[in-house]
Amino acid sequence: MNNKYLYEDLLRMSGVNPKKCMRCGKCSATCPAYDEMEYHPHQFVSMVENGDIEPLLNSDSLYKCLTCFACVDRCPRGVEPAKLVEAVRLAAVRKQGANHLKADSVPDMLDDETPQQLIVSAFRKYSK
Amino acid sequence: MQRIGVFVCWCGSNIAGTVDVQAVSDALKNEPGVVFSTNYQYMCSQAGQDMIINAVKEHNLTGIVVCSCSPRMHEATFRRTAQAAGLNPYMVEIANIREQCSWVHKDIPTGTEKAIILGKAAVAKVNLNTPLTPGESPVTKRALVIGGGIAGIQTALDIADAGFPVDIVEKKPTIGGKMAQLDKTFPTLDCAACILTPKMVDVAQNDKIRIFSYSEVTDVKGFVGNFDVTIKKNARYVKEDICTGCGACVEKCPMKKVPNEFNLGMDNRSAIYIPFAQAVPKVATIDPNACNMLKNGKCGLCARVCAAGAIDYTQKDEYIEEKYGAIVVATGFNPISMDKFDEFAYNQSKDVITSLEFERLTNAAGPTAGKLLRPSDGKHPHTIVFVQCVGSRCDACAEKGKEYCSKICCMYTAKHAMLTRDKYPDTDVYVFYIDVRTPGKNFDEFYRRAVEEYGVHYVKGMVGKVVPEGDKLKVQASDLLENKQLHIDADLVVLAAAIEPDKSARPLATMLTASMDTNDFFTEAHPKLRPVESPTAGVFLSGACQGPKDIPETVSQAGAAASKVIGLLAKDKLTGNPCIAHSNELMCNGCSSCERVCPYGAITYEDKEFRMPDRTTLVRRIAVVNPAVCQGCGACTVACPSGAMDLHGFASGQIMAEVDAICK
Repeated sequence: MNNKYLYEDLLRMSGVNPKKCMRCGKCSATCPAYDEMEYHPHQFVSMVENGDIEPLLNSDSLYKCLTCFACVDRCPRGVEPAKLVEAVRLAAVRKQGANHLKADSVPDMLDDETPQQLIVSAFRKYSK
Repeated sequence: MQRIGVFVCWCGSNIAGTVDVQAVSDALKNEPGVVFSTNYQYMCSQAGQDMIINAVKEHNLTGIVVCSCSPRMHEATFRRTAQAAGLNPYMVEIANIREQCSWVHKDIPTGTEKAIILGKAAVAKVNLNTPLTPGESPVTKRALVIGGGIAGIQTALDIADAGFPVDIVEKKPTIGGKMAQLDKTFPTLDCAACILTPKMVDVAQNDKIRIFSYSEVTDVKGFVGNFDVTIKKNARYVKEDICTGCGACVEKCPMKKVPNEFNLGMDNRSAIYIPFAQAVPKVATIDPNACNMLKNGKCGLCARVCAAGAIDYTQKDEYIEEKYGAIVVATGFNPISMDKFDEFAYNQSKDVITSLEFERLTNAAGPTAGKLLRPSDGKHPHTIVFVQCVGSRCDACAEKGKEYCSKICCMYTAKHAMLTRDKYPDTDVYVFYIDVRTPGKNFDEFYRRAVEEYGVHYVKGMVGKVVPEGDKLKVQASDLLENKQLHIDADLVVLAAAIEPDKSARPLATMLTASMDTNDFFTEAHPKLRPVESPTAGVFLSGACQGPKDIPETVSQAGAAASKVIGLLAKDKLTGNPCIAHSNELMCNGCSSCERVCPYGAITYEDKEFRMPDRTTLVRRIAVVNPAVCQGCGACTVACPSGAMDLHGFASGQIMAEVDAICK
């Protein structure tokens, strides 16, 4: 496996064991953000399991997951894909100098309903 | 002093892989009493057993220690070997160096050290062994079958065929079980009723078989060959021997709004009812929770229309006590509740149904007379989605569902899909699957026919959610091979619910002291070699109470269980277990502690005269063990405060010698 250390980090951070997955696809079946994603929840699980993590780190799909936990709730094997997505997201965020949210781009995203809190926490999470 | 021979088995590489067998036989050679020690590849083989017999003769052995697998596996084998060599069979001890040693350790030094210690303990015990002679007990030549589904029916018919009387206890008003509710059966598509109801009639007409319907087992005492069973016949408020099953009462009953459990609540029945036309016994039953006469004393219409005068509102539950030689458990299964699977909207829409409900919807005797109509509006569905593995193959830690594969769903779903496409070619049928599992004769061919000839859309992936919207069911699902999320507007969604053992199984297992697994399926004595026997002697297993099974498998197992019962009932006497309790009358003070803990009721007390040193006579109360009833569990030996109770073959002195040998 290419990314042995990253793979183990992801498992430790998420508490997920991707080997429990039986490839039923219920996570992707239940995902409300499916159409927005390049890599779908079931692919996150199998790609991490195979150590194919780089494409995930560089994909926009990371930020399309709503963390609604529908997949966590419905996964019959208790794999909890959303936790794995979150771990990959953290791994991406922790890369030095990788700013995923720039102050300049915020005004375009705003509307009247966006709470202040969201912007603050988004900065905390997605910028370095 | 004993002359002990030690025989260490390699069990191929099972033991020899982690235990240095040569070192074990060398180490045990120096133990007290041991005059011969050797090792061999397969001790249980003919050559191995001959080796033991020759050693007994050559070295004048009086005791044998076999270091091998669990005594549950081959103790009986080596006892027979000892007997063949002219020794008392109870002079054999087994040191379990496989299950409790080689299989649980990884490195040879640890495994070898432990094997030697276990061998020393067995040698210490044999030094104190005494020859034992088993007693005999009679066999009641009658069998009890608990559960009247296809498993119970087939078992009862096969036992009766051999000439032994059989009683079937069924908690529902009729026998027939789940199979009576099915429409057609895979893979040959013969109608379930056409092949089951003749068997039900055979049961009714067989003079060796009695049916206790609407009844349950409430108490079991005794042991193999001699069970005392209490059967509770629930009051059905109809005299079974008089009722002709004409159905006049059912027609006239004014309480017609009771959910019909036979059709899984999809239509209604009356308060007095006969579950279905071919019910056996064909006798009406009054539902006490629905009948106005029983609840409020008002009505009595059924009694007035009954020409035979069979209605009896004063009937009481009746308890019957009967003796049996063997008990067969055939308590069957149920689909699990769909309550926890909110994502499929089972409780929100009437058009989301389970597969068993689908069976009733397509059954000619069902609520729609066999026409496939939506339960909500009675319209013909055009798009039907089948979802497999609902609640099966779930993670052990998951809050819902079962860990095992329910085994029958792949095939019945293929059957449902195929029959729907055959009868209604205008329908679109989707089956969402994780894997299609079809290991059985003509099973995969059947599934391929559904795909290739009938055009059923099999989609690899699961359904994520079902949302009722208007008169449609919005199904959102994965197509993993296309890597797409599918959105289907369905008219009917059918859930292949996992199956679980009937709820009555757990309390029954307690009554029978029969073991169960974590899913409440009964455990077999050996998963490969004794699949229809419970580890509890005299208790046999038939059908889905032991694990998910289809009809062909259930019928084979039912026949196998029957043959085991026949083998038991054909014996006039059973050789008992001589390892039973006995009380030392000089130490017993008659305190009744042992009687209170004995689960078999084997201990009684008697007043015995003792002659005292001063030539006077003293009468003392002492415990007496009935050797035919005692099962040698040893509870009394622990409870006895004065140390008067002891167990033959497992005497306190022998156990202490083993402990000493281990701790030395």
